[in-house]
Amino acid sequence: MVNKVLVKITVNGTLYAKEVEPRMTLVDFIRDEVHLTGTHVGCEHGVCGACSILLNNEPIRSCCMFAVQADGMEVVTVEGLAPERGELSKIQDAFCECHAMQCGYCTPGMLIACHDLVKHNPHPSEEEIREAISGNLCRCTGYQQIVDAVLHATGGERNHG
Amino acid sequence: MADKQFKYIGKPRRAVEHRRFVVGQGRYAADVHLRDMLHVAIVASPYAHAKIKSIDASAALSLPGVHAVVTGAELLANTDPMLPGVDAPLVKRYPMAIDVARYAGEWVAAVVADTRAIAEDAVELIEVEYEPLDHIVDPEKAMEQSSPLVHEAQGSNVIFQRKFVWGPVEDDFSKCDHEISYRARWSRNSTVPIETFAVACEWNDSTQIMDVWASIQMPKFPDQLAKALRLDGNAVRVHFDIDVGGSYGVKRGLKHSILVAYLARKLNRPVRFVEDRLENMRGGDMQGPDRIFDVTMGFTKEGIIRTMKMRAVDDIGAYSGRSPLQLGKPVGAIIGPYRIQSVQYEAIAVMTNKTPQEAVRGFGQSPTNYAIETGVDRVARFLKMDRIELRKKNLISKDEFPYLIPSGTSYDSGDYETVFMKALNAAPLSELMAERDRLRASGHLAGIGMSTCLEPSGGNSSFEPLFNPKNQTTTWMDSCLVRIDLSGSITALMGTSSSGQSHETLVSTVVGEVLDRQPDSIRVLHADSLNALPSNSPVGSRMAIMLGGAAAGAAKKLRAKLAKIAAHHLAVPEESLRYENGVFTCTTDASKSIGWDGLVEIAHRKYHQLPEGMEPGLQEKFVWEVPTGGTLPTEDGRVQMYPCHSFEAHVILASIDPNTGKVTIHKYICGHDCGVMISPDVVHGMTYGGIAHGLGAALFEKFSFSEEGQLLAGTFMDYLLPSAHEVPSITIVDHCTPSPLTEFGQKGSGEAGYLGSPAAIASAVNDALSPRGVSINTLPMTPSALWGVINSDAIEA
Repeated sequence: MVNKVLVKITVNGTLYAKEVEPRMTLVDFIRDEVHLTGTHVGCEHGVCGACSILLNNEPIRSCCMFAVQADGMEVVTVEGLAPERGELSKIQDAFCECHAMQCGYCTPGMLIACHDLVKHNPHPSEEEIREAISGNLCRCTGYQQIVDAVLHATGGERNHG
Repeated sequence: MADKQFKYIGKPRRAVEHRRFVVGQGRYAADVHLRDMLHVAIVASPYAHAKIKSIDASAALSLPGVHAVVTGAELLANTDPMLPGVDAPLVKRYPMAIDVARYAGEWVAAVVADTRAIAEDAVELIEVEYEPLDHIVDPEKAMEQSSPLVHEAQGSNVIFQRKFVWGPVEDDFSKCDHEISYRARWSRNSTVPIETFAVACEWNDSTQIMDVWASIQMPKFPDQLAKALRLDGNAVRVHFDIDVGGSYGVKRGLKHSILVAYLARKLNRPVRFVEDRLENMRGGDMQGPDRIFDVTMGFTKEGIIRTMKMRAVDDIGAYSGRSPLQLGKPVGAIIGPYRIQSVQYEAIAVMTNKTPQEAVRGFGQSPTNYAIETGVDRVARFLKMDRIELRKKNLISKDEFPYLIPSGTSYDSGDYETVFMKALNAAPLSELMAERDRLRASGHLAGIGMSTCLEPSGGNSSFEPLFNPKNQTTTWMDSCLVRIDLSGSITALMGTSSSGQSHETLVSTVVGEVLDRQPDSIRVLHADSLNALPSNSPVGSRMAIMLGGAAAGAAKKLRAKLAKIAAHHLAVPEESLRYENGVFTCTTDASKSIGWDGLVEIAHRKYHQLPEGMEPGLQEKFVWEVPTGGTLPTEDGRVQMYPCHSFEAHVILASIDPNTGKVTIHKYICGHDCGVMISPDVVHGMTYGGIAHGLGAALFEKFSFSEEGQLLAGTFMDYLLPSAHEVPSITIVDHCTPSPLTEFGQKGSGEAGYLGSPAAIASAVNDALSPRGVSINTLPMTPSALWGVINSDAIEA
C-alpha cells in the first residue's frame, strides 16, 4: 500500500480535503473521491479531451496530472458550468438547441473547451471554433452541430462549405 | 404518406437525452459505483501465438488488496463458450485464452482487487511462461494449406467460404463488350467510441439474480450472457438505462461481461471492469472489417454495367463472433443502386493471429460500397465517359420499385437520380469544376469525388440462416409498451440501451403523434432485460423503423381502446367520433364529447362504465416483426435481407498536397433520402458523424500490425481519429421518398454518411491523381501512401 497524502482541492466552489495516493490522477479524484462523474475518461493519454476541466480557470486534461499537483487549486467541471441549479449556461443551452451531441460522452470536455473559447473570444469565427475544439475528439457528430451550437450561442454565422 | 401532415414528426425538437448530458448527469457504466465493489485488471498475451505453459500468480495473490486471480482454465471449467456466428463449433471462444493465446493482447489472466491501481500492481507480479508458436497475420497466406493454424481443431483458417451465383453471370459477361478487373483494399479500422467498454456486475445469493450494468449495444446480449454463465435467462438482469458512450456497432463486450459476472458470483462482491484505452484497442475485440476485394465488372460500350464478380476475403482475426456475417449483409445490396443483372459473389472469412473483428457501423456494407463504387469510376475512366453520365445510365429509376435484385432482396422505394442531381446542383458542380481547375493550375492535385450508395435499413438477421443453415432465425422483432397512468401521464418502455441515437426522443415523438399529446410530456424508460419486451438492439439502422413502428403500434392500440371507451360512454358509433388533442367528439353532434381525463378516469376507476368485457387500465404492448421478414433463404442463397433502403449521394472536392501527400477536403455535399425523418436533427447529426467516420476510414484510421503480429496502433497517437480540423463543413441535401413498408414512411439512417463517404473520398483522390496516370485502391490513403503513389514511376496502363 502506498502512503496517502492529504490534498485540498476546491471543486465547483466546494472545498474537498481527501487522503489520496500520490499516484491518483486528478480525473480519478474528481470521479472517485468527489463523486462527480460528469468528467469522462476516454484515452488516459491526453489526446481525446473527454476529461477536460478548468483548473484555476484554464482548461486542462485531468487524466494527465495527479491530484496532488492540484493541491490548493480550484477546479470547475461540467457540473459547475450552469449559473444556477435547473438553469443552463448559454453554451449548454445552445448545445441542446443545435443537437450538438449524440452519446454525450465527449460533451463535458467539449463544453469546457467551448466555455473557455467564448470567455476569451465572445464572437469566434467558424475557424476559431474548430481550432478551439480540435483537441477534443467526438465520434458521433462530425463536429458540425457543435460548431453550429457555438455560433448560435455567440451570434456568429457558418461559412457554408 | 409523404403528403400526410404530421404534427410532431419531422419537426424540430430538442432531444430529451441532451438535457442530462450537458449538465454531466448522464449515467454511463463507468459511473456505476456499488458498495464494496472490486476492480479488474488484465494480463494480456505479448505474443501473437503462444502456448501458455504456466501461470504463477502467487506473488500477485499475496499483495494486500488482491482478492483473486482467474485464468482460462477456471473459466473453461465454469462457463460455456461464446458461439461463433457461423457453423464452426470447434472454434471455441472464452473470455480468456485456454492453453493457447491466439493474438497479442488476448486475455491470459484477470486480477480482482480493491482498486484498479492495486489490480494493475498485481498484474505486474504475475509470471506467465509462454512457448511462442508459428503465427500468421496475412489473410491470403492464411488460406494456404501450409500456413500455421489459428485453431488447430478447425483444421483450416478459412472459417467460412461460399460462392453464390445469382443469374446467368457467364452468359452476361459474354454479352458484354468489355470487362475490367481490379482489387480494392479496405483496411482494418473501427468506429472507436471515446468511451471504452465498461461493465459492472452484482450477484445476489438470495434472489439468484445477476445484475449487469454495461455499455452494451448487442442483440440478444442477456440471453447469451446467461447461457455462457450457465444461468437461467431469468437470472440475468441487464439494466438498459445505462447511457452508452458511443458504439456504432462495436460495444459487444460479451467476453468482458462473462468474466466480470463470473467474478462477481465467485467472490460474492460487486465487480467492475473498465477497459483502459490499450485494453480496448488490442484486446477489446472491436476492430472492424479487413477486406480484400477482387472484382470484375462486365459492361457494354455504351456504359451499361450488366454483371459483376466479386470475391471478398475478410480477415476476421483470431476468433469468430458475428464478424463473418458482415460478409453476409451486403448480399442484400450487392448491386448497389445499379441495374446490375447478375452477380457472382464469393465470401471468404479467414482467421489470423490478430485481434478479433466485431460488428462495425454498416455491418460490412461500407467496404462493399467502396468496392462497387471503385469499379463504377473505373468503368467510366475506361470508357472515357463522364462519371455522372455513367451513373445516370445505371441507376435504378424511381418507377422501377419495388426492384428485385439478383440476390433476392427487393428494394422498397427510391429516387436515386433526383437525389444525385440535387447533390450535384447544391455543390454546384460547375463551381466545383472551376475550383478544381484553379487548384490544379496552382500546382495542387485536385479532384472531384462522388459516390451513390445504399443504406439497407430495418436490421433483420437474414444473414444468419444464409451463412449458417443450422440457424433458422427469421424474426428480429422489436417492441414497445405504452401506458397511460391514473394521472393521465404517458410512459413508454423500450427494451434496449441507447448509444447516442436519441431513442427516448424517437419514441416520445411517435407516441405523441399517434395519441396527439405533447411529446415532451411523455416519459420513455429503458426497461431492464427482465422487465422488457423483446428487442434486438439498435443495429442495422433499424430503430426508426422497428422501435418507431412498435411505439406507433402500441399507441394505436391504446387510441383504439380509448375510442371504444368514448363510443360506449357517449352511446354513439365509434365511426362517428373524431379525435383531436385527447378529446373524442361526435361528428354529427358536437355536444357529445369526452376528453382525456374523463377517459382515463373510466379506464382506471369506473369498470361499470367500460364496454363489457374490456380489460381495465390503459396499457398496450406491440411487438413488431421486421417488415418483409419471416422467410428463409433459397437453396442458391437468395434472401430478402433488410426491408428498407435509404440512398445517399456524395459529391466532394478534394486536393492533395503533392509535397506531403496530405488530402484537404474543400467542399462536401451529401444528398440523402431516408424517407420520412421522424427527428431531422437526429438524422442529420448521425449523417454528419457517419461522414466523419468514413473520412477517418478513408484517410487516417488503421489498426496496423507488425509482421510479428503486434498491434502498432494501440493509442490515439498512432490510431488517428479525425478532429474538427480534418472534418470539413458538410452540406446535407434532404430528399424524401417514403417507404411503403413502414408506419410513417420512414427508413433507417443510423449508418448514413459512413456508407458512401469512403468511396467518395477515394473517388476524389483518384480524380486528383488521374493527370499523373496513377491511382490508389487501398484505404486508408494516408499522406505517406499518397506520397508514395505520387512519386512512383510506374504509370498504370
